[in-house]
Amino acid sequence: MSKKTYIQAITDALRLELGSDEKTLIFGEDVGKNGGVFRATDGLQAEFGEDRVFDTPLAESGIGGLSIGLALEGFRPIPEIQFLGFIFETMDSIAGQMSRERFRTGGTRHMPITIRSPYGGGTHTPEMHADSLEGYLAQIPGLRVVTPSNPYDAKGLLISSIRNNDPVFFLENLKLYRSMKADIPDEAYTVPLDKANVVREGTDISLIAYSAQVNQSLKVAEKLEKEGISVEVVDLRTLSPLDEDTILKSVEKTGRAVAIQEAQRQAGIAANVASLIAEKGALYLSAPVGRVSAPDTVYPFGLAEDDWLPAEDEIEAKTREILNY
Amino acid sequence: MDNEKPIVDFSEIRDALGKNFEPVQVMDGQANVVNQAIVSKYSNDQLVDFLKLMIWERTLHQRSNALTRQGRLGFYAPTEGQEASEMGSNSAMKSTDVLMPAYRDIPQLIQHGLPVYKAFLWSRGHVLGNEYPEDLHAMPPQIIIGAQYIQAAGVALGIKKNGTEDKVAYSYTGDGGTSQGDFYEGMNFAGAFQAPAVFIVQNNGYAISVPRRKQTAARTLAQKAVAAGIPSVQVDGMDFLAVHEVTKAAREYAAAGNGPVMIETLTYRFGPHTNAGDDPKRYRTKEEEQPWFDNDPLIRYRKYLTDQGVWSEDLENEYVEQVKADIKAAVKQADEAPKQKMTEFLENVFEEQPQNIQQQITEYQAKESK
Ligand SMILES: Cc1ncc(C[n+]2csc(CCOP(=O)(O)OP(=O)(O)O)c2C)c(N)n1
Ligand SMILES: [Mg+2]
Repeated sequence: MSKKTYIQAITDALRLELGSDEKTLIFGEDVGKNGGVFRATDGLQAEFGEDRVFDTPLAESGIGGLSIGLALEGFRPIPEIQFLGFIFETMDSIAGQMSRERFRTGGTRHMPITIRSPYGGGTHTPEMHADSLEGYLAQIPGLRVVTPSNPYDAKGLLISSIRNNDPVFFLENLKLYRSMKADIPDEAYTVPLDKANVVREGTDISLIAYSAQVNQSLKVAEKLEKEGISVEVVDLRTLSPLDEDTILKSVEKTGRAVAIQEAQRQAGIAANVASLIAEKGALYLSAPVGRVSAPDTVYPFGLAEDDWLPAEDEIEAKTREILNY
Repeated sequence: MDNEKPIVDFSEIRDALGKNFEPVQVMDGQANVVNQAIVSKYSNDQLVDFLKLMIWERTLHQRSNALTRQGRLGFYAPTEGQEASEMGSNSAMKSTDVLMPAYRDIPQLIQHGLPVYKAFLWSRGHVLGNEYPEDLHAMPPQIIIGAQYIQAAGVALGIKKNGTEDKVAYSYTGDGGTSQGDFYEGMNFAGAFQAPAVFIVQNNGYAISVPRRKQTAARTLAQKAVAAGIPSVQVDGMDFLAVHEVTKAAREYAAAGNGPVMIETLTYRFGPHTNAGDDPKRYRTKEEEQPWFDNDPLIRYRKYLTDQGVWSEDLENEYVEQVKADIKAAVKQADEAPKQKMTEFLENVFEEQPQNIQQQITEYQAKESK
């Protein structure tokens, strides 16, 4: 066991997988000598050489297409897109190509690609650096969308993603990179894909969240506990496809739910969660499903970020509203 | 059979690629004039004004650096070392030309008409920094590498379709930016439509940590225009007059209806990529940096004008103080910007508000009136 930050847990997973599978490759912008702009790949080129860990020319569509070609040649690519806001440049390779290969080749080809990318607000970045775009990705058949909320899951989910033979979009929360530390095992371990996690058990209401919003939800749960309110917190971990069983089981137990996301409201993950509950768990409910999200604007200018991002007090207020419905 | 000569010798073809690009120079690194005819075109006053542009940019850089450290600016991409490349090219343009800049092109934007306090507000993350008056023919700095290039082709085509005389679109990107699809598409589209665009590539040696040589096997970036069928040139990007003259000629060529031009300036980013934690020590050496620092565009040009007796330390100090005072006033003006409102953001999503936006405006109105 060692104390690791969220980003150190990611580096750890990458190092272990580079070491155990010689077909893994890490590439992207500034991932080599510089170790990534956040140092997620720090030291990996020095340890594994430039053949395994290398910088590409500056072109996201190139990085996506290269991943597909390398996968066809038997490699297990782990490309990095420097910020999630830059995926639009490579959306064809993600949505139009790699996630369809297994299907369009009748199962004769597969794409064991794990795209890593940081996202999320609260660190005062320029435009296009903080957007939560998981909703766009979640509608792509054949692509898993995974995002950890803590160092333990970051390592275990990343290892599972890399070992998985289908494409995974692995979202790393920028704000959590260095703000969270936890004791995690030194050796390789996996955390299952497609499985949500009940991170806190409760009986009165279910807060269903992911990434940084899990931590905010846990704080709300602790606060309400002092008033005798028992809040369950579910960490989705895999955003697409959703772990329906865990969500429905939780709602069956508590009878009330709030779905939480940092992204804009329309057509997001929280909407998926709410529609799932409406479709398959409506009879468990004693109140409508609540939703907490950012408003439907473009991600705002840095100085206004804190007014825009869903805050702990908004989660708390919505939780109380649904409890008292 | 094996020793038969192949039908074409690809090694020979490869070795010849890009060989015809030689950087244009007017004044060398020791301030020797290598093209007197160009220098003679300008009066001493004009030559001094050019120097002032570079000193202005250097001072703006130094103040921006300090303000960033004090937490009084947000995002800042240092421009030190690129003064000849940025001011030399921008000063060859007209205020009616349309500038499509990237994040390192703030000095050009300001010279094109953006008030300094707005540049600061952009850096801090305030919408006022992006609200441009109608007579400022520019877009806010582009963050997505390459996007401005293909848009510049669109602006240029629009200028052509509107039949506007003596007007061009001009756009900047970096050496890294030349790897993007949008870069090639921008040049190719502008070429296909024979649109009046001037594409400027500031080759400052690095895309964050990635050196220019890792971006492409091409010997020069200028030669990337060849495949688009548009003329291009490499220029000593530390030589103000060379950049200025080349850009002026490019502008005249494009404005005359001959189609687009591409210019590669050879320059160097003296500082970090941005002030958000980049550390050049991780990817480049002192030995590499020093010759570039010695090749500072201000040093050679200042020396030349000082030798000519038209510039002095006193004049420079006096001018720098004036620039600093202007910057100080701009910071004050930026500080006075009102707090941004969520309701105003919501009002700028669509022209006509759909239900979701109307509801959210109502919700935030309640919060804002508290
Ligand atoms: C589409 C896209 N990909 C990546 C980035 C991140 N990024 C910002 S600047 C930069 C390097 C750009 O290098 P270059 O084009 O040489 O311009 P310079 O910064 O040197 O002026 C990178 C990779 C981005 N902003 N947009
Ligand atoms: Mg560069």
